[in-house]
Amino acid sequence: MGREFTVGIGGAAGDGLDKSGDTLAKSVSRLGLYVYAYNSYQSIIRGGHIWLRVRIGEERVRSHGDHLNLLIALNQDTVERHAREVEPGGAVLYNSDRFTCERSLLREGVVGLPLPVNEIIKPFGRLLPIMQNTVALGALMFLLQLDFDSGVGVLSDTFQHKGQAVIDQNVKILRAGYDYAREHFVPLVKEAWKFSRIRRPFVTGNELYALGGVAAGCKFYSAYPMTPASSILHWMASHGEKCGVVVKQCEDELAVINMAIGAGHAGVRSMCATSGGGFALMTEAIGMAGMLEAPVVVVSVQRGGPSTGIPTKTEQGDLNQVFGASQGDFPRVIIAPTDTADCFATTVEAFNLAEKYQLPVLIISDLLVSEHPETIEPSALRHDVPIERGELVTSWPKDNSPFKRYKNTASGVSPRALPGTEGMEYVAATDEHDEEGILISDVFTSQPVRRKSMERRMKKMDGVLREMKPPALEGPADAPVTLIGWGSTAGVIGEARALLAAEGIRCNQLQIKYLHPFHAREITAILRKSKTLLCVEGNYSGQFARFLRAETGIGVHDKILKYDGEPFEPRIIADEVKRIVAGKPQTLDVTLEEAREMAYHYIRTHLGDAARPMKIEKADGNSHGEPVWLVEIAKRDTGEKSGELSIGVKTGAIYAWQPVGVGA
Amino acid sequence: MATVVELPLETYQGLVEPDWCPGCGDFGVLRALELAAQKLRLPTKNIFVVSGIGCSSNLPGYFHGYGVHSLHGRAVAVASGAKLANHELNVVITGGDGDGYGIGLNHFIHAMRRNLDLTYLVMNNQIYGLTTGQASPTTEKGHKTKSTPRGNVELPINPIALALVSGATYIARGFSGENKHLADLIAGGIAHRGFSLIDIFSPCVTYNKINTYPWFKQRVYKLEDEQGYDATDMQAAFKKAFEWDPKIPLGLFYKGDELTYEDHEPALKNGPLVRHPLKMDKGVFDELVEEFY
Repeated sequence: MGREFTVGIGGAAGDGLDKSGDTLAKSVSRLGLYVYAYNSYQSIIRGGHIWLRVRIGEERVRSHGDHLNLLIALNQDTVERHAREVEPGGAVLYNSDRFTCERSLLREGVVGLPLPVNEIIKPFGRLLPIMQNTVALGALMFLLQLDFDSGVGVLSDTFQHKGQAVIDQNVKILRAGYDYAREHFVPLVKEAWKFSRIRRPFVTGNELYALGGVAAGCKFYSAYPMTPASSILHWMASHGEKCGVVVKQCEDELAVINMAIGAGHAGVRSMCATSGGGFALMTEAIGMAGMLEAPVVVVSVQRGGPSTGIPTKTEQGDLNQVFGASQGDFPRVIIAPTDTADCFATTVEAFNLAEKYQLPVLIISDLLVSEHPETIEPSALRHDVPIERGELVTSWPKDNSPFKRYKNTASGVSPRALPGTEGMEYVAATDEHDEEGILISDVFTSQPVRRKSMERRMKKMDGVLREMKPPALEGPADAPVTLIGWGSTAGVIGEARALLAAEGIRCNQLQIKYLHPFHAREITAILRKSKTLLCVEGNYSGQFARFLRAETGIGVHDKILKYDGEPFEPRIIADEVKRIVAGKPQTLDVTLEEAREMAYHYIRTHLGDAARPMKIEKADGNSHGEPVWLVEIAKRDTGEKSGELSIGVKTGAIYAWQPVGVGA
Repeated sequence: MATVVELPLETYQGLVEPDWCPGCGDFGVLRALELAAQKLRLPTKNIFVVSGIGCSSNLPGYFHGYGVHSLHGRAVAVASGAKLANHELNVVITGGDGDGYGIGLNHFIHAMRRNLDLTYLVMNNQIYGLTTGQASPTTEKGHKTKSTPRGNVELPINPIALALVSGATYIARGFSGENKHLADLIAGGIAHRGFSLIDIFSPCVTYNKINTYPWFKQRVYKLEDEQGYDATDMQAAFKKAFEWDPKIPLGLFYKGDELTYEDHEPALKNGPLVRHPLKMDKGVFDELVEEFY
């Protein structure tokens, strides 16, 4: 394992954290290091807590990891909530003009590094508060022993559109932060990094759905704004003219999908994207694409459900919906990309499958893979991707019998003619129809025509399945534990396996990308040889485990599930595997850390942020019928105890807020 | 639309005979569409007729051209996508009042705002026919239907006024009992660059016993016959849009001259999208990737 380092940046939304994280990530990636960043943001524009983690490694890092080596705190809240996560040898860098960092919050071997931002930036005159980020970034570059020039390069590119004066000022401030750190702090990274200086793109999955789309010849993109799919629309809108794409923001998701299908039917590669709520509105039309046999690519980016749910948080809870979309049986493909680079490849593949087999291809993504940026290998992105359009008939002799758009064929694929082609006029209908497209739903009902139409359409799925690569087991084939995941959890499960291997538990992994059609035969063969099967997924009920059993008859031994909005971390999975292997029961009790977070929630909603949780102890619940966490709450300004909160360990109930001097 | 010779009317007739009830207004609309296509000398390969669901939405199957018989309420959206993909097609949308003014109203309004070059024929029979006679968005107040046994209490949609405020640039009303007149209105709509609405009284002889052929015949008159009516005057059009009983105007209410959505769309400058090469240029691709470093 190469060296790695994780920086956490916390502050209020609107503090410009995303930009600082971006500058840091791009600076280190230009040096040839790998980066994986994750932003736990909230659905508000200003205020609220933002928590960005940037993990840097000499070798590839596949999740945001379990560690925190340096905390950059832009507000008091961040210090209180995250300082104790910093590991020995690490530090907390904070704006000492605005708040303090108490020693008591830090673990042994962690130092607080005060940054007097006002004093540092004084020579530059009046500046926007956002400039504190650049000072901190400069200091960070010294602490991490990064090459200062790489930061200068990124700032120059970032502010290029604002002119040289802005660039110069930002570089000066960056330099001031760097110099201050050099004079006052010691580097946290003792041994020099090995900079390979291999440039790697730092991208999100959503950017690659868009880029993959235009590389594959997508000419029509429609969308209705919805988190976490909107950044695909933003990329498409800002690059549409350059790439010759019509980008249409529509009145609703019904229009989005129906327009995309109209464009796909007319012969243009078309795509749209949404999240679960929007996808719900699209479902009827997805069946229409199956029936008309119109190619279309739909990206559904999952967020926390049900209903509006947690819009800015991740989940894998829409599998049932995507599977269940639309009435009746119809051919369609469902693919779950397994990492960022795979979003590019999957989109290219989706367009080819959609046109060759004339059906809707549904890409099921999630907030994690769609929105987190990471470095990928440059070779993953190619302009000359394969473009396979399937059977297109472009001319029809006049003396021929009429063109049959829905001709019965052995493969199930009927050669397609695009509207505007001479002599092949036909009407595509959502009603059941015969080979020529004549309806058999009303006057001309026909059982055998219906049967053969259905069989012909569904036959296409055999061809699709043959084109898809069956999944393979990763890790030792004879391992006692097999971890099964689907989609974006590939990396984090892989890292959990490494942790477990180091602790003497050997695991292998089966990661599923192609959900429909499903390689039931191949997967059954693999899983029959496995010993303990554990399904890892980001939802409450184990939707994939249920599907796996339906397709293979194999039930998993246990499930590792997460549905709190935040993505899995390697340690979380590893600990769960250890618990299950040891035969220990699962506990859903509120942990001490969770009790603190719940106390913060109560303070923010009821006490106006003027207080903070201090000591937390478990106690008998007495009348509550369950043990409770007793959380001491103190005034922020004076530190004086203001009351006590009791939180049910089992239920998470907030039982009582007991202000000091009131009641008992 | 460059074919010079006028084609025989059969050219535009589909393989299948309509299964509408005898006397249905939709027969007249189908014939008028055939006449309009003939008049404009449109080659069948360039006509793309999109419908939703309902009696009138069966029309594309009876017409000879390309088309999509789509979902209830979604015809305008499907047509919009197809038009943007290939703006050389003459895209005609056909459907009923429930399809266009009820379940599909949102798309209808937004397509007008965009002034997409589409021609929308709404066969307005003021009732849900295919589902056997429930109230529709244009059913008159007080009208007793299967779903409103005590009489409809909702105000009907006014399609002409709605189109005027929504940005449509060709707004007309026809009557399937006035076939030639309707054919001219449709031809005008197809020839017009921009969104054309032709609201058509197309009586349902089975389920609407109030708004019948005789009912309309007693009331309708043509705007062309009224001296001095100026279809470029939006205020005048508004006035006429609210005329109903005892006199109901037919004809062209309003015609505007605005750029279409297609005119504004930079990606369409080099001809229809459907003819653009799919392969990505390496130089452009490299520039796109460069933004990620």
